[in-house]
Amino acid sequence: MCGIVGLFLKDKALEPKLGEMLSGMLDVMCDRGPDSAGFAVYGSGESGKIKLTLRAPEGFDFAALGKTLGDDVTVSVRGTHAVVSAPAAREAEIRAIVAKTKDVAVVGAGQRMELFKEVGLPSEVAERFELSKMTGTHGIGHTRMATESAVTTNGAHPFSTGADQCLVHNGSLSNHRSVRRDLDRAGVPVQTDNDSEVAAGYLTWRMNQGRTLGEALEDSLDDLDGFYTFVVGTETGFGVIRDPIACKPAVMAETDQYVAFGSEYRALAGLPGIENAKVWEPEPAKAYFWDRAAA
Amino acid sequence: MNEHFKAPPIPATLPRESATFDAYTMSEIRRAAATGIYDIRGAGAKRKVPHFDDLLFLGASISRYPLEGYREKCGTDVVLGTRFAKKPIELKTPVTIAGMSFGSLSGPAKEALGRGASAMGTSTTTGDGGMTQEERGHSKTLVYQYLPSRYGMNPDDIRKADAIEVVVGQGAKPGGGGMLLGQKISKRVAQMRNLPEGIDQRSACRHPDWTGPDDLEIKIEELREITDWEKPIYVKVGAARPYYDTALAVKAGADVVVVDGMQGGTAATQEVFIEHVGIPTLAAIRNAVRALQDLGMHRKVQLIVSGGIRNGADVAKALALGADAVAIGTAALIALGDNDPALDEEYRALGSRAGAYDDWHEGRDPAGITTQDPELMKRLDPVKAGRRLANFLAVMTLEAQTIARACGKSHVHNLEPEDLVALTIEAAAMAQVPIAGTDWVPGLTGRF
Amino acid sequence: MNANVESHAIDLAGSSVRELNSALHALKEGSNASLWRIANPRGLHAIAAGVDAPVTVEIDGPVGYYCGGMNKQATIIVRGSAGVGVGENMMSGLIHVEGDASQAAGATAHGGTLVIEGNAAARCGISMKGVDIVVKGSVGHMSAFMAQSGSMVVFGDAGEALGDSIYEARLYVRGSVASLGADCIEKEMRDEHRQELFERFKSAGVNGQIDPSEFKRYGSGRTLYHFHVDNASAY
Repeated sequence: MCGIVGLFLKDKALEPKLGEMLSGMLDVMCDRGPDSAGFAVYGSGESGKIKLTLRAPEGFDFAALGKTLGDDVTVSVRGTHAVVSAPAAREAEIRAIVAKTKDVAVVGAGQRMELFKEVGLPSEVAERFELSKMTGTHGIGHTRMATESAVTTNGAHPFSTGADQCLVHNGSLSNHRSVRRDLDRAGVPVQTDNDSEVAAGYLTWRMNQGRTLGEALEDSLDDLDGFYTFVVGTETGFGVIRDPIACKPAVMAETDQYVAFGSEYRALAGLPGIENAKVWEPEPAKAYFWDRAAA
Repeated sequence: MNEHFKAPPIPATLPRESATFDAYTMSEIRRAAATGIYDIRGAGAKRKVPHFDDLLFLGASISRYPLEGYREKCGTDVVLGTRFAKKPIELKTPVTIAGMSFGSLSGPAKEALGRGASAMGTSTTTGDGGMTQEERGHSKTLVYQYLPSRYGMNPDDIRKADAIEVVVGQGAKPGGGGMLLGQKISKRVAQMRNLPEGIDQRSACRHPDWTGPDDLEIKIEELREITDWEKPIYVKVGAARPYYDTALAVKAGADVVVVDGMQGGTAATQEVFIEHVGIPTLAAIRNAVRALQDLGMHRKVQLIVSGGIRNGADVAKALALGADAVAIGTAALIALGDNDPALDEEYRALGSRAGAYDDWHEGRDPAGITTQDPELMKRLDPVKAGRRLANFLAVMTLEAQTIARACGKSHVHNLEPEDLVALTIEAAAMAQVPIAGTDWVPGLTGRF
Repeated sequence: MNANVESHAIDLAGSSVRELNSALHALKEGSNASLWRIANPRGLHAIAAGVDAPVTVEIDGPVGYYCGGMNKQATIIVRGSAGVGVGENMMSGLIHVEGDASQAAGATAHGGTLVIEGNAAARCGISMKGVDIVVKGSVGHMSAFMAQSGSMVVFGDAGEALGDSIYEARLYVRGSVASLGADCIEKEMRDEHRQELFERFKSAGVNGQIDPSEFKRYGSGRTLYHFHVDNASAY
């Protein structure tokens, strides 16, 4: 139960302002989810390299960890998180080192995606990670009012279950325990108690099977039960889907410069040119997605 | 062969009835087969579930000192809605009257509830179908229910109310809507609900304009704006996942949370819902209290517990487990005269008997309580019935006080879970108190 | 504009919704008709909720949830789009949304008129109880669910399950209907209905511009009025 936002830029000129726009959107969704917040930003990426976003307790010495990882690795620290950039071939090795490091976890991985989430008031979380200074092509964000899972950083959104894939969710799934068991058997284990991570895992599983983002979203209509609005990001894509009953609020806006999503119009009110944007509510059970690769 | 020999008779086994297919079950199968309609009835769960009877108080003796009955003060007052409301509700007893609709109940019955509750300084609650003059006029403190159907909902009445109760669910049917059969949709009821007269009215299970806690927060804000932040806003849930539901009601901004266990009554619901959905009142309280404690809101957001509260001992036990007040529905109707043995013959004519009558939705209640029949409702004298209710509320309050004094408390709210022990493993696990004479609390894990 | 009309301006960038609403609630029956101009609504919630006075409130921009909730008497004009439940449980007066409306517009409203220039999303007029709703665009799925009384006029199209479990509300749609909900049927358009449409056009400011015969009428088949096993699939 939460507030969700998403922003997909069409105009390159806005890319330096992605973080600023997204943080403005996240700010006003504080009321919908005061427990925690998180966001994922698709920034620059180099082919042949992998970015791993790590999370650690306050005060953790990421620089020291960076040294042990080697000279071909760069570490950029933002609060309790750090983005490790390394040759893609070293991913497994680095993950193994991280796994052995106490209290440090990989929260997201991909060529371009960086993912940050923390317990606390969303506006403060965004500030702590300096979201407003980030650049990129698209991003999604979330403010959380925890329903049945704990108020922890692990329970915060976005959830990433595949490279450059992430999902935020507003709603409540009613069959996530069964889907979780199916995913376990399919080799896409879900780490937390959170129903939203099951949704993320489900889409990853479908895309692993060769489905496109749009197709995977359509598949979710058959297999995920309950109430949901999902906003998802992939390396080049951005998608939105609502369940067939579509009780949870959702507003979208599109201009020549961007596509934006908010749980409420308030989240979109500060965007440039919103007065003249095409503003609409996504239809129930209809997958919406935009892909830079296809464009 | 000796022709005089007679073989001994073969011992006959007695006819044996199945425990699985007992007489009631078989009668229900036959009824369903004949009608094709599931059974709809009133009242709450009738099956036996672990309840307050399985708890006992540890009275004072040498290690603790009791208070003198009738002389040494033992407070029973309670204030509800202290978190945000400018005008919290002050009651003299922690026993309130639960929401029951005009429509399911007759006008005289609503008036009697108002009279009885007001005489004892406590509140009554409207139900699905709006506020009536009988009830507002005779209730000193009236809680106005805000339900999914919004029948009879209007801003004038909301401003006349002393508190607003956003009803998310009921213990008899968490997750379900209602059904009031045509016999009770009289001209007046139909008018109040904007419905055609005599139809079977269906009530929605979700609110029409919000779903989930994030939107509930915005709805509560609207109700506060409309009432200028004066009135306490209660949120009522049926007990199913009380920890989460209580926590979310608090996060959404409730002043008071009402948790209704599965024994809580209903005017008209599918029997299968009443008996098979939701958890017992006893199992709900500690989890609701724990949610409040985890948020630092215990006693700041008040907790009202309902569902099968029958006497002062139940009141004292609910308070000891952490509730701030209780609500009674079925017990209040019995005090008014529902299911009275004096009417046994008439109940039998309806295919039931005194003590078992639950076809409240059919509108033929010989006690004149759950009916809209003008002749039947005349049978209930609202003054006398109100007096009976006042007496009953007084007894419950005195009983709860008696127990509190025996435990050495100068206020009923000072009763604690540690004043209780359980007789059965089930009750001990649900109430999270030890089995009597032991320090064993079954089912207590790190999580709880 | 009448010279006697007292005018007030409130900027929600500086003042709170609470300040606005308490000023509006302080207006009592018989107080001077007044005009309230509200700037910078920015999708805020419960703007002008619970007003009970014959005033005009003009809101310059998009509003959030429950704008004009439980309105009595007031004329509320939203110069932008409206969030969830605009005019919910309205009793009387007029709410005019110049943009689109989100879900549950006019939910459970008992009276008055709700005009939406653009589209209304899902559940428009859910459980409506006497309000007259005019949507110049289209309405989303499950509109007029359990609608009890009043009228809904849709110039555009209606989404899935229009009028599911409808009681006695009258629905008029000019465009296509994706599907009718349980117990909602097309009904004959008689003179009284054309007359009603004329009235609605008038209140929506399109008097004489539209031909009522372009509309189809929908209402209750009344087969769910009494519970019966043969209708079980509809419950």
